[in-house]
Amino acid sequence: MDISTKTTAPPAPTDPPTPSLDKRGARGATRPGDRIFLGLSRGSGILLLVIMAAIAAFLTYRASMVLSKNDGNFLTTFEWNANATPPVFGIAVLAFGTIVSSVVAMAIAVPVAVGIALFITHYAPKKLGGTIAYVVDLLAAVPSIVYGLWGALFLVPHLTGFYSWLDDYFGWTGIFEWQGGAPRTLLAVGILLAIMILPIITNVSREVFRQAPLMHQEAALALGATRWEVIRMSVIPFGRSGVISASMLGLGRALGETMAVATVLSPSFEINASLLDPGGGTFAQNIAAKFSEATEQGRDALIASGLVLFIITLVVNGAARAIIARRKEYSGANA
Amino acid sequence: MAKRIDVSGLTAYYGSHKAIEDISMTVEPRSVTAFIGPSGCGKSTFLRTLNRMHEVTPGGRVEGKVLLDDEDLYGTHVDPVAVRRTVGMVFQRPNPFPTMSIFDNVAAGLRLNGSYKKSELGDVVEKSLKGANLWNEVKDRLNKPGSGLSGGQQQRLCIARAIAVEPQVLLMDEPCSALDPISTLAIEDLIGELKERFTIVIVTHNMQQAARVSDRTAFFNLSAVGQPGKLVEIDETERIFSNPSVQATEDYISGRFG
Repeated sequence: MDISTKTTAPPAPTDPPTPSLDKRGARGATRPGDRIFLGLSRGSGILLLVIMAAIAAFLTYRASMVLSKNDGNFLTTFEWNANATPPVFGIAVLAFGTIVSSVVAMAIAVPVAVGIALFITHYAPKKLGGTIAYVVDLLAAVPSIVYGLWGALFLVPHLTGFYSWLDDYFGWTGIFEWQGGAPRTLLAVGILLAIMILPIITNVSREVFRQAPLMHQEAALALGATRWEVIRMSVIPFGRSGVISASMLGLGRALGETMAVATVLSPSFEINASLLDPGGGTFAQNIAAKFSEATEQGRDALIASGLVLFIITLVVNGAARAIIARRKEYSGANA
Repeated sequence: MAKRIDVSGLTAYYGSHKAIEDISMTVEPRSVTAFIGPSGCGKSTFLRTLNRMHEVTPGGRVEGKVLLDDEDLYGTHVDPVAVRRTVGMVFQRPNPFPTMSIFDNVAAGLRLNGSYKKSELGDVVEKSLKGANLWNEVKDRLNKPGSGLSGGQQQRLCIARAIAVEPQVLLMDEPCSALDPISTLAIEDLIGELKERFTIVIVTHNMQQAARVSDRTAFFNLSAVGQPGKLVEIDETERIFSNPSVQATEDYISGRFG
């Protein structure tokens, strides 16, 4: 028997007319709560874009005021006399110092952070892991000026031994040559920055590693993998993109760190191949050091340097996203 | 390539909870042995004691003996990692490594063992994929990620990965429960072929499946929730499904359980 005959019985003549579901005419089914929430979330999104655009516009406008007057080459001059007439300034040394100190910080912090995160999630007993995670969180709560003071008063004086050891064994590379000056150089800054960005990289990596699916860890175990091999085959590949994101957060902080660097570094407007000898400053540190005594024109020059830092950060983030997107097919999230 | 398993007096715990108690049985080489029983009766736990995966669970521990031919898997000098290289396992949900290509998935176990020649790797991968009846479907995309395959293909990829290291025993923990009937049939056919080379133990909730693929069937049961699971009987599959010697087995098989 045909099913449709059962379901399409004609409506009884006494049926009341179907009431309209739409009581508000053309404005449709939006309730006040929906409208308010939509407005708030859309507004937040737009606000963010407006703020970013405003910052970029401000930086570009103020920078353009002074760049045309610059008597040196903005990109290559090893000098910062922005208050003079005509002004002479260039960011070469600042870019060098910023990038080198951040690279040093990343080279130290990322492996240590990944190690701590793996230890907490896959090796340590629960209580010990929790304690370590808590201590790492505490590191994140220390204000950067305190790091700066600790760096200048404790870390730097204790680095002389390490510097001379590096010079003895690795001085031949040129990177670790030391003339014997105070260790207030890019290496010291890199070490301090590494400690400062350790918590954020550790915490984000820890979260990612903790979510590594048990089924893939068991797959590796059942193939006869040791604990380390399980981590190498299933946990690290799963957490890879998360660790990259975490590192970018850390790098962002390292690139822009101001007070701690300004307290520890003794800046000089020269570039030196050795991390142990004076040479280089950073964008943020230079702005902090020069801002109070800068004329209007000098401030514009500092703002121009800030614009470069802004661009560097954007490029680094874009590169990180590209790396993550390139291996999307193999992402652990496809499980 | 296939070894006999002799279990005697095996009891497994999760912390202080006794999950299975005093299990003894023999699993013949080159045969398929099916474990059936209600949920929570400990058949998966028992399966995982056969390659020392049970102790990976926090609080998991085992008493008793499991002899693989004449070697006790729980002997004092036995390395659990070595045991798992000898006794392979296929899981309930297909779990190919999502970050690896199809080729790398199959080669993963060999690369762990380190005992292969680079030139042979491709041959072993091909042989294993053929052994898992998957070769024709994936031979043109060996470098694509394994996660792009269908569920049934992924499970056969996992079987290829397990047999690539030539284990003595292959354990399967409800390998078809996440698959559609056609993929299930493909796996069942495969099990029939694999038993020529391996000792196979399969846990299943599907009694027709047990009847179709296994030579011997073991029925597990528990007296009440929270009580340890026990082996009720193990016998020729035909006998279990036609004329079991214990009433509880007959009740379970005919659906008059509980």
